[in-house]
Amino acid sequence: MSPVPSPVPIEWEEVSVTPVLKGGKTVIPDAAISSIKRNTVALKGPLATPIGKGHVSLNLTLRRTFNLFANVRPCASIKGYKTPYDDVNTVLIRENTEGEYSGIEHEIVDGVVQSIKLITWDASERVARYAFHYAQASGRKRVTAVHKANIMKMSDGMFLSACRQVSKEFPDVAYDEDLLDRVCLQVVQNPLPFSNRVMVMPNLYGDILSDMCAGLIGGLGLTPSGNIGRDASIFEAVHGSAPDIAGKGLANPTALLLSSLMMLRHMHLNEHAAKIEKATLDTIAEGKSITGDLGGKATTKEYTTAIINRLGRTT
Amino acid sequence: TQRAPTKYGGVYTVTLIPGDGVGSEITDSVKEIFEYVNAPIEWEQYNVSGVSSAGQDLFKLAMESLQRNRVGLKGILFTPISQSGHISWNVAMRQQLDIYASVVLCKSLPGYPTRHKDVDFVIVRENTEGEYSGLEHQSYPGVVESLKVMTRAKAERISRFAFDFALKNGRKKVTCIHKANIMKLGDGLFLNTFRQVAENYKSLGIVANDMIVDNTSMQLVAKPGQFDVMVMPNLYGAIISNIGAALVGGPGVVPGCNVGSDYALFEPGCRHVASDIMGTNRANPTAMILSATMMLRHLGLDLIANNIASATFDVINAGEVRTADMGGSATTSEFTQAIIKKL
Ligand SMILES: Nc1ncnc2c1ncn2[C@@H]1O[C@H](COP(=O)(O)OP(=O)(O)OP(=O)(O)O)[C@@H](O)[C@H]1O
Ligand SMILES: Nc1ncnc2c1ncn2[C@@H]1O[C@H](COP(=O)(O)OP(=O)(O)OP(=O)(O)O)[C@@H](O)[C@H]1O
Ligand SMILES: [Mg+2]
Ligand SMILES: [Mg+2]
Repeated sequence: MSPVPSPVPIEWEEVSVTPVLKGGKTVIPDAAISSIKRNTVALKGPLATPIGKGHVSLNLTLRRTFNLFANVRPCASIKGYKTPYDDVNTVLIRENTEGEYSGIEHEIVDGVVQSIKLITWDASERVARYAFHYAQASGRKRVTAVHKANIMKMSDGMFLSACRQVSKEFPDVAYDEDLLDRVCLQVVQNPLPFSNRVMVMPNLYGDILSDMCAGLIGGLGLTPSGNIGRDASIFEAVHGSAPDIAGKGLANPTALLLSSLMMLRHMHLNEHAAKIEKATLDTIAEGKSITGDLGGKATTKEYTTAIINRLGRTT
Repeated sequence: TQRAPTKYGGVYTVTLIPGDGVGSEITDSVKEIFEYVNAPIEWEQYNVSGVSSAGQDLFKLAMESLQRNRVGLKGILFTPISQSGHISWNVAMRQQLDIYASVVLCKSLPGYPTRHKDVDFVIVRENTEGEYSGLEHQSYPGVVESLKVMTRAKAERISRFAFDFALKNGRKKVTCIHKANIMKLGDGLFLNTFRQVAENYKSLGIVANDMIVDNTSMQLVAKPGQFDVMVMPNLYGAIISNIGAALVGGPGVVPGCNVGSDYALFEPGCRHVASDIMGTNRANPTAMILSATMMLRHLGLDLIANNIASATFDVINAGEVRTADMGGSATTSEFTQAIIKKL
């Protein structure tokens, strides 16, 4: 084995996603869009959506532009960062295009509003299929569909039917279903039994449950995510732009780094991912060069250097 | 004007619906305890089951009984998942009786440490509209729309309820839980109405704030101490009450009730059937017993209520007799007997 680690075979094409004004509208620059289109894989930093009327969330724009239909959010306890839960290892896949996020709402009469949750067979089926693929590829040979079909019999019912149908194509992956309430209860009581499976669910449930899981391991500074789409896949940290600490060299890059490792695995560069992951987790576990949010004193740079030093070591 | 609960010669008639799963075991505990302390309660019991639609007729009779008596104690009725199955009778009861406020108490139990210390918050959940409207249709093959209905009137009364609850119970802060960044109109209406109501309680010393539901779920499992009274639409209540229960010891210990202007129905706060342990004498009756004490207080029988509640807390605190969900080996009956011994 060579003592010098081989560089990851990735060539970055750096583009800015900072919104620009175009015809009176805030949009993502064309250069960014066409670069993602060309490369089909992207690693993205946080993107703050200007607050105010008329601004569609730019993250939503990206989602729509590239048909990013599945949001993958793994949460695993990190040794060296103590929380009340130390055996979390969940993977949650969230339908990313419809459901409660359809944006179809109207006021019927004064003081009465209808919001429409839209569930389609096609979207349910493709997210289910991705969940089974992911289960197969990651060795978590069980998919659990999370739902509330006792109450929303037709909409969540159809989501379940789609999952059930897709499950037949994957005889080597076990399939079951569980109520949203029960999953919340059981994950918080004891997350361990959830480490053998992939959970798949409609948009809103995924939003809430994935944040809940992030809470178990110490929050958004540590959680990666991947947006898987038809036309591209975009990997990003779950946290936002953290304007309070931006530019000070204090940010914890772990979430983005772990996201980039998801990206490598997505590109079948599993060995590279495993090596960097080990170096990262070991650096955190050792606790000498960790950032402020984890209780350490290191700058972003020092933490990064510590990881790189570990990568150079042969073991 | 409100009609008072049914009472003859100092005795209240209360509708009892044990429900499915462990329901009959845990309501038996309540019955035994009530009998032992001679609580002035006469049960009108209906063994309704939601396991098949055949229970429909009995369900109707139980509803009539509730309408007569105004007060009830219930377990959870099973709801089929399948589309051909009947709708949730638990939800139907809450809607038909307009018992719009679900109140769930999540409080750490002395002597029973969990991962989080000093949890003490109250969930006030809108019980009659929102995602539980039951309005769904297939507008095109493979395309289903489910309507979430939010109204200003209901947002207002649940917000008021939450603030009034805070005032009456010496609580300081009410947090509105929502997803108004996505459901700008629906949850926006809920949030804006909450904020308007909050204005009226400012001078009374109640602080109001709000939090998005996903962030709330993250905060709850990390820093639950920051919450006091929380008010929210229906579906978020299902999520938050289960997280809350998990923080303090599970569905077997968290009590709750559903109240409206005419009726009050008491049931465990974390609504589970628990068919997996049904009939095994292993269920924890604490949630049901504490719900029953809430009922006694509602009827003005505070002395008996406090007596039963402290006996229950004492048994848990002593730690010798606990059910399996709390890490003990006592049966439901043994736990109940231990409480009776303390009375
Ligand atoms: N990578 C990070 N390292 C350290 N702290 C972080 C990191 N990301 C977020 N935080 C902290 O978490 C808090 C919330 O950050 P986040 O950026 O998600 O929300 P925000 O401030 O509303 O930004 P945005 O509007 O872009 O989402 C911030 O106070 C920030 O200090
Ligand atoms: N009173 C109780 N005492 C002890 N455990 C309880 C009690 N109520 C619920 N539980 C436990 O909480 C978990 C969730 O309950 P839930 O009713 O959802 O489970 P279930 O019976 O498998 O569900 P279902 O009847 O819907 O199939 C179960 O493991 C159940 O045993
Ligand atoms: Mg979120
Ligand atoms: Mg259940």
